[in-house]
Amino acid sequence: MNRKEFLQYSAAGVIIPNLLNGFGVNASASSPWLRLLSNTTIDTDHVLVLIRLDGGNDGLNTVIPLDQYDTLALVRPQVLLPENQILGLDGTDTVGFHPSLSGMRDLYNEGKLKVIQSVGYPNQDYSHFRSTDIWMTGANTTEVFSSGWMGRYLNYEYPNYPNGFPNEVMPDPLSIEIGASLSLALQGPSFAMGLSVADPSQFYQLVNGVPSTAPATPAGELLTYVRTVKQQSNAYGQVIVDAFENSNNLAAYPEENVLAEQLKIVARLIAGGLKTRVYLVSISGFDTHDAQVMPEDKTTGEHADLLGVLSGAITAFVRDLEMQGLSDRVTGMTFSEFGRRIISNLSNGTDHGAAAPMFVFGSQVDGGILGDNPFIPPGADAIDNLPMQYDFRSVYTTMLKDWFCIPEADLGGILLHDFQSLPIFNSPNCMPVSTREENQHAGSKLLDLWPNPFTESLSIRFSSGGGRTLIQVFNGAGQLVATPANRDFPAGEQRLDWDSGELPTGHYYVRIQQGAYQQVKVAAKAK
Amino acid sequence: MKRRDFLHLMRTPAPGRSVLNPVFSPVETLGTGLEAYSGPWEIAQVIHLLRRVMFGAKWEDIQFFLQSDPDTAVETLLTAGEAPPLPVNDYNSENFTDPAVPSGDTWVNAFYDLSAEPYRIASLKSWWVGNLIDQESNIIEKLILFWHNHIPVQFGEVFYAAWNFRYVDTLRQNALGNFRDMIKAMTLDPAMLHFLNGQFNSAGAPDENYARELQELFCIGKGPDSQYTEEDVREAARILTGWRVNYLTNEIFFQPLEHDSGDKQFSSFYGNQLIQGKTGSQGAEELDELLDMILANDECALFLCRKIYRFFVYHEIDELTEEMVIGPLAQVMRDNNYELRPVLAVLFKSQHFFDMLQYGAQIKGPMDHLIGMYREFHTPIPDRTMLMDRYQHNATVHYVGALFLQNLGDPPNVSGWPAYHQAPVFDKSWISTDTLPRRAQFSDWLLWAGISTENFLSQLDILGTVAQLPNPGDPNALVDDILKWMYSINLPLQFRLQLKAILLSGQISDYYWTDAWVAYVNDPTNEMKRETVRNRLLPFFYTILHQEEYQLS
Repeated sequence: MNRKEFLQYSAAGVIIPNLLNGFGVNASASSPWLRLLSNTTIDTDHVLVLIRLDGGNDGLNTVIPLDQYDTLALVRPQVLLPENQILGLDGTDTVGFHPSLSGMRDLYNEGKLKVIQSVGYPNQDYSHFRSTDIWMTGANTTEVFSSGWMGRYLNYEYPNYPNGFPNEVMPDPLSIEIGASLSLALQGPSFAMGLSVADPSQFYQLVNGVPSTAPATPAGELLTYVRTVKQQSNAYGQVIVDAFENSNNLAAYPEENVLAEQLKIVARLIAGGLKTRVYLVSISGFDTHDAQVMPEDKTTGEHADLLGVLSGAITAFVRDLEMQGLSDRVTGMTFSEFGRRIISNLSNGTDHGAAAPMFVFGSQVDGGILGDNPFIPPGADAIDNLPMQYDFRSVYTTMLKDWFCIPEADLGGILLHDFQSLPIFNSPNCMPVSTREENQHAGSKLLDLWPNPFTESLSIRFSSGGGRTLIQVFNGAGQLVATPANRDFPAGEQRLDWDSGELPTGHYYVRIQQGAYQQVKVAAKAK
Repeated sequence: MKRRDFLHLMRTPAPGRSVLNPVFSPVETLGTGLEAYSGPWEIAQVIHLLRRVMFGAKWEDIQFFLQSDPDTAVETLLTAGEAPPLPVNDYNSENFTDPAVPSGDTWVNAFYDLSAEPYRIASLKSWWVGNLIDQESNIIEKLILFWHNHIPVQFGEVFYAAWNFRYVDTLRQNALGNFRDMIKAMTLDPAMLHFLNGQFNSAGAPDENYARELQELFCIGKGPDSQYTEEDVREAARILTGWRVNYLTNEIFFQPLEHDSGDKQFSSFYGNQLIQGKTGSQGAEELDELLDMILANDECALFLCRKIYRFFVYHEIDELTEEMVIGPLAQVMRDNNYELRPVLAVLFKSQHFFDMLQYGAQIKGPMDHLIGMYREFHTPIPDRTMLMDRYQHNATVHYVGALFLQNLGDPPNVSGWPAYHQAPVFDKSWISTDTLPRRAQFSDWLLWAGISTENFLSQLDILGTVAQLPNPGDPNALVDDILKWMYSINLPLQFRLQLKAILLSGQISDYYWTDAWVAYVNDPTNEMKRETVRNRLLPFFYTILHQEEYQLS
């Protein structure tokens, strides 16, 4: 052994992260020449904008099941919106939007907005923290993942990151979050797969090169030095500044709108040519235990304000992208850790609940409503919650498969579970998709339960198109109590007898999913 | 900024605007010197003292010393404990088996073996890192680093682990003792005799290397009043002729035949002293006369005190500091015949050391950053019985330290690391566009993944770190305690709010964190409850560790 080499030798036996072990910051990647060569985004570079509604959004007051209005009036009198104020939608008379969502109503009517009804997961966890982690990671309630679903996707797409990044192929941050710190959703298996800025003002400090003030002390002098080096060593500092300065917002955004402030930045970064795949923005305050509505006018209050902010920001963002000619490249998606309880409480609010609708928007989105209106049990009490119609990981699967064009065989390695995808996109431009075919099932009666009410055994009849069928049973609180089937069935009419065993009496939701198509039916167990 | 400029600013603040962070009272700062500190004894002072004399400030140490007072605390910290167990053969593997030393036995007495030396040296370095992480609550490990920087050898150049170990051990023996003993032991240290060619220094063929560094780097320096001459270097080299190492016993001996027995005439800088040449074994006595002469020069204590000051207090020494601190401290050193402990005691107990200007006025060196993080976050490492795991782990930390520019055991050259002496950059030289991202990535690694060896995982124990705080369930108290602990200077309110928002996952009510924490504490083995808390604390500490202020000590 050469005596000069033995430094390297000393770390034998331990695998050291690449960048740490390698050559530090790749300064060449930010040279203007290299950017000239590499800065050519192509139309199929899809961008996903995740909009987090922090606190648990009240789905029933966001997307209102008009056919259940009378029951809603019984069980959530404190918060229910006046029927004549609810915004109608083209092509349906059973679903309406909160009056604050006028912009999103327009997007819906233009076919650019998809509502996915009752998205959730089995065995709802009612803790903000735990449920946020579940949504961020894609875990079951019984398991713990330490990486996020988008982090794993980005790790799949760029497996060498951060070693040798930035580079010609990917000169830009893989993801950008505007928030206190990088969310678990963007955490990869071993590295944070993105860059976060605390808030828009910190972002403007970055692009304007304004350092924060340090105290006029010896420590302050050193601090300024460290900050300067940090700015210089931020491999992505210059590309972000360039992208921002090379672009403008073409549409008008609403003033004093915390979400619009963030989406404005996102639009400019996309328009400025960043190849960043994922953006995460958030708006908080959806934890409306009280004062969700003002009692004298239920179309006003905290929730109305929040939805107004949401709708105004999303609408301006979509308009901006359209004017920039970018709308085919960008899809947005809202998510929240849970919906809220069916019944309202005496403080004019609602408590933590279960499934709730999600919005997906963009010109590639096949606008409309996916799924049925939730069923509101007339005698709903505090333990009743909306069961899921769609698992949120089916939405994730769709984003990965149809938007990011991940081959089917690789999806399991990213989501760590196997979920079917949904018909969300119009004409997914990456792979021939069978979802179109399956869509044609829509409207047909797929599931039949008999007898109803039942005492012990329930006969589940369904028609199979061939292929996999998943049948789940949830109780009134949204807990998964049984999975009678999750396997391939031959095409044709099928029948399955499910023994409810020791389960208590009450109503149960039987859910069937075949590819994109799903249905939920209620069955009552009686003595 | 020069201290004087700052004081000037202090005296004439711009009207209507505060120059300072309001937490500090400006009154304490004007012209502080070595008089005993009499200000408040609170968490800020304790942390400042601990971070400067050790590597990092553990929470339990902070609590312990808070119960004390500056005088007692410094006395305690200046009391060395027992030396750590000897380094052992922890490197046998399928690739290499030491032919002379069984696994688990110490190699410090093993003969030179070309094939084994790289392994033994790596073992020595990892042993050293282990000592730093396992350090007791006293100054000794920090002082060993100070002396290693001040009187360095390069392990790779010496390339004999037994000598390298003996060198480190000699630093330990003398670190808090008498500088005269230290410099004599170093002069006659086998590693040093090899490193600076002393063993080839002969009558008729003098090698001036050590004689030069003895004055330029170890004792006199190149300060404004340092006037030793080239002739003084040559005469000192003649005195140092004849010292040899016995390769069989590793003992030093004096070889009269190789010694220049002529008289040695020094310059006016040394009072025109003549050291009479001696023949035979008496020639060895000339070394004592040489050291006495050098130590009798006023520059020697001044030089050492400046070096101590830069290492422990602040890189820049302006006229005011020279007058108020360096001069008086050098006098303490002379008055105590170069005993080091009284000098350090006076400095660390002084008003000047606790002057508000010193908080955060140092960029953490690589070992401060690395070892401090290990200790403050209760990071477990394999114990000494887990030979291979401990070796692998500590060698990895050592390697990372080298990537951070501090290769313990192999400083860049005989003048040590530039951070401790090189004007004008000094400690800023630790931070570059290469090392700063590496520091961040290493803390990410320890936070999320940890260092995995065959049978052990070393990861920052963030739950244990938080659990020892007085009120971890209250997000406000938690944020406040962590900020006071992790940072030496105040951070803006906005940052506090950002940290709290991370703990609350953006929720508004404090009880969401409180409930999650209490649920975890009441059922600590429940994975779900633990991970729920951890998933907040990970980005929380990520943000703390990435903040630029974290680089300051």
